[in-house]
Amino acid sequence: MNQIMSDKRVIALYTLPALLLILTLIYVPIVLTGYYGLMDWDGIGGMEFIGLENYANLIGDTMFWRSAWHSLLLALFSVGSLALYLTVSLVLAGNIKGADMFRKIFLIPMLLSSVAIAQLWIRIYHPSNGVMNRFLTSIGIENPPMWLADTSLVLFAIFVPIIWQYAGFYIIIYYAALKNIPKELEEAAKIDGASPLQIAYKIKLPLISGIIKVTIVLAVIGSLKYFDLIYVMTDGGPNGASEVMASYMYKLAFRSNDFGYGSAVGFFLLVLILIVTYLIRKATASKDEVQY
Amino acid sequence: MPSNTAAVEKTEGLRLGSLRIRPGKLLLYVILGLVAVLQILPLIWLVLFSLKDNQEVFNLAPFALPADPQWSNYARVWTDGNIGLYFFNSVIVTGTAVILTVLLASLVTFAITRMQWKLNKLVLGLFMVGLMIPVHSTLIPLFSFFNTIGLMDHHLSIILTYTAFNLPLTMMILLGFYYTLPRELEEAAIMDGCSIHRMFFRIILPITAPVVATTAIINMIYNWNEFVFVNTFISSDSLKTLTVGIQNFIGQYSTDWGAIGATLVISMLPILIAFLILSNKIVEGMTSGSVKG
Repeated sequence: MNQIMSDKRVIALYTLPALLLILTLIYVPIVLTGYYGLMDWDGIGGMEFIGLENYANLIGDTMFWRSAWHSLLLALFSVGSLALYLTVSLVLAGNIKGADMFRKIFLIPMLLSSVAIAQLWIRIYHPSNGVMNRFLTSIGIENPPMWLADTSLVLFAIFVPIIWQYAGFYIIIYYAALKNIPKELEEAAKIDGASPLQIAYKIKLPLISGIIKVTIVLAVIGSLKYFDLIYVMTDGGPNGASEVMASYMYKLAFRSNDFGYGSAVGFFLLVLILIVTYLIRKATASKDEVQY
Repeated sequence: MPSNTAAVEKTEGLRLGSLRIRPGKLLLYVILGLVAVLQILPLIWLVLFSLKDNQEVFNLAPFALPADPQWSNYARVWTDGNIGLYFFNSVIVTGTAVILTVLLASLVTFAITRMQWKLNKLVLGLFMVGLMIPVHSTLIPLFSFFNTIGLMDHHLSIILTYTAFNLPLTMMILLGFYYTLPRELEEAAIMDGCSIHRMFFRIILPITAPVVATTAIINMIYNWNEFVFVNTFISSDSLKTLTVGIQNFIGQYSTDWGAIGATLVISMLPILIAFLILSNKIVEGMTSGSVKG
């Protein structure tokens, strides 16, 4: 038995195909991104080693910092919207008939491609024929905004479909966690005279703090690498007002053929995500230990 | 928790005593109903304008029913707009990548959780760290890699990339199930003189079918909707999948609302149908795939 279950050739045969795939297509590329970032390279011709010049240029690149700021704003919005999702989940987990059907309906936008969602919301925001402005004019607002063409509004306009898309995803996660809380705890609190709000804040939220932590990491990382929807809806415009890090990187490499500089941005994104993940986990870990 | 059981008995009594219709409860249903409507309304609007001509889109109220539903919008985009071809490409790419991912992930997960070797935890770690890697940080090297080996503008480039990037998540969903399989299963098979390959394909794989189905449907959704890799690696129109194809199409027909609506509905339909049949599996896959991270 043990001999068969520790047969080295079988282990290699079962493990190597998948391992080779992730090494070749994930791990080697992330190392190469850092390496290409040290090069002056148009993607086709020869590379020229220029040391840290690309990374030094990043520091003075206002467009890069603008896109980084937009990514950060998206991350803050996303974390903020978790509170909204959590509220809906608390309602949903509170002895609701048809809770299962509700959460499935909430999830539907999450199943659609970001491209289709972007195309749909471009129509929703259409200045004259879109359902948004048709509604606003019908309730008497004379000059409704040109949502996606307005530099001060575009980032907020983009964030609405993002909330719409991800709501169901986070709600099903929170719902599953809330349903895992033993009923006895809630019942005991009720006897002690706790109100539903007190039960939610003092008992339920602390008990699912582990899941909340995971969703914060998911929301922040998801926002930092956000791309598809913005690329299709605005292409970073108007005038860079909705440019984010991933879309800026994409433009540098595949439109300006500046593969070296694009790689530097890509590598920055990777390092940033690893650092942020580590920091959030660390910052939230200590709290857990104190409470329970 | 001995004190809790006493508390439960007491509460049951309390709850029976206070069983009244509470207006607070109604408010909760109103909130949930409102959220549900908000989630569905944009899609209803989409289906409505996919069945209208421009005249009706511009002049009728947004949620008015079309007088004469223009089903021809669908037929037109399917043939003239190449949507049929893009659809077929999406089926090929998604199908191949799903089978490859689920098979490879099952093999590795079996080797890691059921077989005895020293480096298994390290290899598992390598796969799990893969969950954190942003796709965009790999895009430029992958582009140059596929260029060098001649797979650029070839379905294999996206199929292999989908497989690599979905392996970690797929394994994460499979792991829990594999850890709970009883040892006796393998012992009995080996006693009967079953080879390890036969055991994997004839016993383990069929037993894990429910969780394999969950990973397959989750993979299907992700692959069907994927955009960046196709947009970067595929340049021939004849090889494009739906996400990139509809981008092209809408660029050309940007003023024809009915055609755009029909295109979007067609691109969403397979996933929505899968959801109608397999919603429990999808919910299960999405929760288990993220919560453990």
